[in-house]
Amino acid sequence: MAEFLQLVFSGLTIGAVYALVALGFTLVYNASDVINFAQGDFVMIGGMGTVFLMAAGLSLPVAAMIAIVAAVLVGLLLHRLAIEPARGASPVSLIMITIGASIFIKGVAQLVFDKQFHSLPAFSGTAPIAIGGATILPQSFWVIGGMFCVVAGLWLFLEKTLIGKAVLATAANRLAARLVGINVTVVLALAFGLSAAIGAVGGILVTPITLTRYDVGTLFALKGFAAAMVGGMGNPIGAVVGGLLIGLMEAFGAGYLSSTYKDAVAFVAILVVLLVMPQGLFGRRAVERV
Amino acid sequence: MLTVDGLTSAYGRIEVLHAVSLDVAAGEIVALVGSNGAGKTTLLRTLSGVQPASGGRIVFEGEEIQRLPAHARVVRGISQSPEGRQVFGPLSVEDNLRLGAFRRNDGTVNSRLDAVYTMFPVLSERRRTAASSLSGGQQQMLAIGRALMAQPKLLLLDEPSLGLAPLLVDQILEAVVDLKRKGITVLLVEQNASAALAIADRGYVLEVGRIVHEGNGQALLQDPKVRAAYLGV
Repeated sequence: MAEFLQLVFSGLTIGAVYALVALGFTLVYNASDVINFAQGDFVMIGGMGTVFLMAAGLSLPVAAMIAIVAAVLVGLLLHRLAIEPARGASPVSLIMITIGASIFIKGVAQLVFDKQFHSLPAFSGTAPIAIGGATILPQSFWVIGGMFCVVAGLWLFLEKTLIGKAVLATAANRLAARLVGINVTVVLALAFGLSAAIGAVGGILVTPITLTRYDVGTLFALKGFAAAMVGGMGNPIGAVVGGLLIGLMEAFGAGYLSSTYKDAVAFVAILVVLLVMPQGLFGRRAVERV
Repeated sequence: MLTVDGLTSAYGRIEVLHAVSLDVAAGEIVALVGSNGAGKTTLLRTLSGVQPASGGRIVFEGEEIQRLPAHARVVRGISQSPEGRQVFGPLSVEDNLRLGAFRRNDGTVNSRLDAVYTMFPVLSERRRTAASSLSGGQQQMLAIGRALMAQPKLLLLDEPSLGLAPLLVDQILEAVVDLKRKGITVLLVEQNASAALAIADRGYVLEVGRIVHEGNGQALLQDPKVRAAYLGV
């Protein structure tokens, strides 16, 4: 029982980060039909940026804020320089562009930062808290709580502000969005910027637990993508549930089977989802009343 | 109010509008009729700026607007209810309407919202419903209401009667006449030519991307060539 609980804790912690990455995928996908495989690199920029800014003498909150802003700038540049010029290209071409961008970002990160693993100090101590025979690190609460704050903030933005609704409207019907006067280019830039910020927050929160390096983005992107697929691409609730599920499956796979196959769990999940229910758990059905 | 002069537009290399010229004066209902594929929808989309013009001029209230992006044209007072309704399916009826006022989100939004609900009471009853679950007629009302929320000077209506029961068609067209009384200029595109010309001050007949007839609504209704080609008599 204690072992089970332990695996649940670690699964939820890492799952919360996958959920944030999946949310980033969802935002960009909804607004533009692009699956942005550079999404994981925002996680890296958040983590590595904070590490190096703190090393330069800044406090954690300041370093984290600057790292998030930097990730947003990279997201906006990605949209402006790589996605916008290719407007009208096929989804496959756009996906390849984002993969290229991801490789480019990793390359630049190697130069700007370095090739070593880095960590951040835990935000509020490292004394484990015992719950039901298992222990949980205080940082896990930061990760899971941070994820829920981001989800709540995103929900408020999308449901309660006109700009947020404009994002939803653009996702629902781009032609109609243009006809009511929504500047679709601005909405897409907003989606890229927001998803970058969300990814960076995930990276900052999780780095004290998992370490970070210039190339950690790849696995985060693939697992976040798996999470988005499991939940149903395009559905924010699905992204969160999918992220937590992938995290839990990974933890149980590592705990009960073998940690060698930890990373395989997410990919098996993608295959199963694609074979059995391609629309995912919460995916929209392609039926609409006319 | 609107002068279109030699407007051409193309999808890729295929030109679908060939030097179309027309005028719409303030306070008029102008009908644009023609068969399927004549270019009516393309013309309206070019006027709204969601389809690029490849030549010619669009002059609205004395200003050339053919190079302006779509959102700038909404600001200047051109608003469109597109073909096929194109409502924001997952969003509520009220959100659809509020988004219609995206470029005119000022203190008068709520009074305009009330005006739309007065015009189409069924929308008020279903204001929390997702737009996708409305019937075709209700979606049409929503699309028109959404276009009105932008407080347009010129309203472009694309096939508002398409796929609706005859009773609903009458209701929608009555609403259009009502809009004219309120001072909104309307450019109405219809395949249902007799219904459109009956309420229009003037009409244009578009055929494979060219204006082939023009005149006042009644005259076109009586024109033997128009009758033979578009009214099925």
